[in-house]
Amino acid sequence: MSDAMEMTLEQREATLGGIGCARRRKEDVRFIQGKGNYVDDVMLSGQVFGDFVRSPHAHARIKAIDTEKAKAVPGVLAVLTADDLKPLNLHWMPTLAGDSQAVLADEKVHFQNQEVAFVIGEDRYAVSDGIQAVEVDYEDLPALVDPKQALADGAPILREDVAAKDNVGQGPRKHPNHIFTWDVGDKGETDQAFSGAAVTVKEEIFYHRVHPCPLEPCGCVASMDKIKGELTLYGTFQAPHVIRTVVSLISGLPEHKIRVIAPDIGGGFGNKVGAYPGYVCSVVASIVLGRPVKWVESRIDNLSTTSFARDYHMTGELAADKDGRITGLRVNVLADHGAFNSHAQPTKWPAGFFNIVTGSYDIPAAYVSVDGVYTNKAPGGVAYRCSFRVTEASYLIERMIDVLAQKIDLDKAEIRLRNFVKPEQFPYTSSLGWDYDSGDYHTALNKVLKAVDYKALLLEQAEKRKRGELMGIGFATFTEIVGAGPSRNCDILGIGMFDSCEIRVHPTGSAIARLGTKSQGQGHETTYAQIIATELGLPSDDITIEEGDTDTAPYGLGTYGSRSTPVAGAAAAQAARKIRAKAQKIAAHMLEVAEGDLEWEIDRFKVKGLPEKMATMKQIAFAAYQSVPEGLEPGLEAVNYYDPPNFTYPFGAYLCVVDVDRLTGEVKVRRFYALDDCGTRINPMIIEGQVHGGLTEAFAIAMGQELIFDENGNIQGASLMDYFLPTAVETPIWETDHTVTPSPHHPIGAKGVGESPNVGGVSAFTNAVVDAFAHLGVTHMPMPHTPWRVWKQCEALGIGE
Amino acid sequence: MSNVAVKMTVNGQVVEAAVEPRVLLIHFLRENLGITGPHIGCETSHCGACTVELDGKSVKSCTVFAAQAEGANITTVEGMANADGTLSALQEGFMQEHGLQCGYCTPGMIMRAHRLLQENSNPSEDEIRMGLSGNLCRCTGYQNIVKAVRYAADKMNGRQEAAE
Repeated sequence: MSDAMEMTLEQREATLGGIGCARRRKEDVRFIQGKGNYVDDVMLSGQVFGDFVRSPHAHARIKAIDTEKAKAVPGVLAVLTADDLKPLNLHWMPTLAGDSQAVLADEKVHFQNQEVAFVIGEDRYAVSDGIQAVEVDYEDLPALVDPKQALADGAPILREDVAAKDNVGQGPRKHPNHIFTWDVGDKGETDQAFSGAAVTVKEEIFYHRVHPCPLEPCGCVASMDKIKGELTLYGTFQAPHVIRTVVSLISGLPEHKIRVIAPDIGGGFGNKVGAYPGYVCSVVASIVLGRPVKWVESRIDNLSTTSFARDYHMTGELAADKDGRITGLRVNVLADHGAFNSHAQPTKWPAGFFNIVTGSYDIPAAYVSVDGVYTNKAPGGVAYRCSFRVTEASYLIERMIDVLAQKIDLDKAEIRLRNFVKPEQFPYTSSLGWDYDSGDYHTALNKVLKAVDYKALLLEQAEKRKRGELMGIGFATFTEIVGAGPSRNCDILGIGMFDSCEIRVHPTGSAIARLGTKSQGQGHETTYAQIIATELGLPSDDITIEEGDTDTAPYGLGTYGSRSTPVAGAAAAQAARKIRAKAQKIAAHMLEVAEGDLEWEIDRFKVKGLPEKMATMKQIAFAAYQSVPEGLEPGLEAVNYYDPPNFTYPFGAYLCVVDVDRLTGEVKVRRFYALDDCGTRINPMIIEGQVHGGLTEAFAIAMGQELIFDENGNIQGASLMDYFLPTAVETPIWETDHTVTPSPHHPIGAKGVGESPNVGGVSAFTNAVVDAFAHLGVTHMPMPHTPWRVWKQCEALGIGE
Repeated sequence: MSNVAVKMTVNGQVVEAAVEPRVLLIHFLRENLGITGPHIGCETSHCGACTVELDGKSVKSCTVFAAQAEGANITTVEGMANADGTLSALQEGFMQEHGLQCGYCTPGMIMRAHRLLQENSNPSEDEIRMGLSGNLCRCTGYQNIVKAVRYAADKMNGRQEAAE
C-alpha cells in the first residue's frame, strides 16, 4: 500500500495497463511456445475420425449409394447417408436465413463437393480408404452457374424441394430459382432525382466470389456421454452460444445438456459463423457410436464448401448537379447465394446492411433493390472481414463516385469533400434509414491529402501520363456500420443481438471476466482486460478473460461484424461500473462516510477534501468478502447484458498509389496510406495490427482472389495452388494513421476496427487501378486485377505492346 | 499395409514407433507424439503452418512421410525456448513486435525464421520477406512479423538496446 501511495497519478494509471496503452498480448505466451489449443489439438480418449464422400457433380440426381464395401474397409466404423439421418429428421437442417440445407445430399446434389456420405473410422487414413470405397451412382443434370440465367424462363429448377413454395423464409418469390426481393428507400423520389438531374452515370459493378480462407479450416469434435445424456461439442465457432441453441433445436437434445466449447481459433473472418453439415454429422456419429468424433475439413473442402463471400452483381447509378453534388443513388443487385440460402446475416436482413450504400455522402434520395437467387454453387454468403454486406455496399458507392468524378472531370478528392456528410450534421440520418452516430470525414481526408502531399502526386501523375506511363491514385473514404446490433433491428433466430460480460473480483483483488464473444486472433484476452482495468482500477495483468465455453460464459451472439468491442466491450464496461457502484458502498462503509462523500480516482475511492482517507479497489475487494455494510450481499461480481442503443459507424480515409506496367499488366502498389477512425482506441498496437491484416486481405481480394466455376459448375482452383493468399513478398507496406471521433452512445466511445481495412481497402485498390487508366476513358475494371486482366485492358486500349 | 519402424530425435528426445508407410510426419508428430505446435493449414505445401526443422533444414512436415524422417533430428516450436526455459529471441520478438494474431501460423513462422537467422544473421527486410515467403499468414499482413525477425536478429547480434 505504501508503494502505491508514493506513486504519481500517471504511474498509477500506467500500472493498470488500461485503455489506450500498447499492452503486449496475453494470449501470445502460449502461441509462441506451440501451446495453443485449436480444435484439431483436442484429442479425447477413444476419439475417432469422420470425413465426407463429396459429389464430383454440381447438379445431379443420386440414383444409389452403396456403402457395403466401405464398411468392410479395415478401421471403418460406420458410414452415414441421408437415409440414415432421415429417421432422426436430420438429413436437412434449417439455415439462419429461413431456408433449409441438406446435411447429406437427399436424392440430389446441388453443388460440387457437396456432402453425400459421412465415413467414420479409427484414424484419418482408414476414413480416407473408406471414402474411396463408397460407390455413388449419379445422373448428371444441367448446372446453373450464372444467376442471370437462373431466373430465365425454362431454366432448370434447382431446388425441387422448395419449387412449389412461394416463400423460403425471406418474402415472396417470383421464380423457382428465386429466393427473395429486398428493397429499401423511396423509389419515386429517387426516380425524380434522376429525371431532373444535370448529370447521371451508370456502371455494372461485379463483386466476385471470394472466400475468407482462415489459415485454420473449420472443424469440430463431438463427444456424447450416453450415460449422462450430455453432449460436449468443441469447434471452430465464432458464435458458440448460437451454435448451442442451433444444435439443441436441430437435434432435440435439451440445451442444458449441451456444452459448446470454442477453443483457440486460427482466424475466422466470417468463415466460422455458420453451422455446417460436418458438425451435425459428427454429433450424430458420436451419438451412434458413443465415442468422440472429430471432423476437420481440408483446405479444398474449406474453399469449396464452407461459406464463401460476396458474388454480388450490382448496377449502380448516380444523379448529380453540374458541380458533382450527388442528388440521387439507385442500386440493383443480383445476389448469387448458391444452392441453399444459408448466408449468415441478422434474420431480418436478407442483404445484410447493404443499405449503408450511401456511404459517407449526404445523398438526399436513394433506392436499393436486391434479388437473391439459387445457383449450383456452394451455399453461404458470409461477411468476409466486414460487417454484413458492407464491403459490397462500400465498393459500389466508392466506385460510383469515381465514375461520376471522371464524367464531370472533377478531382476525386474534391468530389468527396463536396459530398461528405458535414460534421455538424451528426447524428445524421441517411436517406436509406441509418442513424450515423458520429463522424468527421473532412478532417480525415484532409489529413491524408496533406500526409501524402496529394498535389505532388497529381503533378507526378500528369508528367507520367505525358510519357505514356500508367500511375493511379485511388481513394476510399468509407463508412462502416458495425456493432450489430440493437435488438429492435437485429436478431438471429429470434435472439436479440446483445452481448454480455460477467466479472468476478476475487478477495485479493484479481478478477476473471467471461464474455459471450469469441476471439479468433483479435486479442480479446488483452483488450477486454484493458477496458475492465480502467473501469475498475485493477491491473489488466490481474484480470483473466475467458470466452468460448457455453457452460461458463454468459450468453452472447459471438464475434463477427466487428461487434465485439461495440457490444461485448460495452458490456464489459457496464458490468465493471456495476461493480464499482457496489464497491463505492463498501468503501463508504470502510471509511465511515456517506457514499456521496467519495470520489473515484484511477484505482481508489477518496473522501472528498480528505485525500489521505481512501480505499483502493484492491482493499475494497477484500472487504467485499469480509465486512459489507448491512443489507448488502457479500461478494463482488456483476453481469451485464448489453443491448446497444445504436450501431457504431467507424470510418476512414485511404489512399493508394499504384504503378502499372502496360507491357506485363503488373500492378505495383507503391504506397498505401490508411487513416482509420474507430473512436476511442483501446490498444493502438492491436488496432494497427488489425489494420495491417485487413488491408492485406483487401489486397488479396482486389488483386487476385477468386472462386471461379466452369459452365458445368466445376470449381476451378479451390486449393492454395490457385487461390491467392499473398506472401510476405507480394504484400505492400502499410502506413497507418488515425483520428479519434468517439461514439456518443458507447460507454467508452469505442467503435470497432477489425473490418474497416477490408471495407475501405478493396475499393481503394480498384479505384487506384482504374485511375491509372482514367485518362484513357476507362471508368471501371472488374476485380481481381491480375496481371493478365490488366494487360488485357492495356491490349484493348492499344497500349499493351 | 505393414508398418515400418521409425526412430528419430524430436526436440532432444529419442522416439521410436511403428507407423504405416503412408503416415505423414505432421500426423505422426501431432497424433502419435502429441506435439501439436506444428499445424495443418493446406495439405499442398503452400501455407507452411506445419514447418519444422529437420536435420538443419526447414521442411513442411505435411509433405514428408514419417518413415522418411528415420534417424533425423527434428525441432518443433516446442523445442525453441532457451535451455533455461526462457523465451528465445525470436519468440520474444514475435510477442514484442505483435508478430502474431490468431497464432495458427506462428509455430511454422518461428521455425522458418529460426532457420533463416541461422543462415543469415543480419537479414535485410527484403531478405526476411523472401525468406518467409513459404509461410502464409492471414492476420498480420507480415509487417510486424518482419519486425519480429529483425528484433531477434538484433538481439542475437548483441544489439539488444537497438531492439528495445
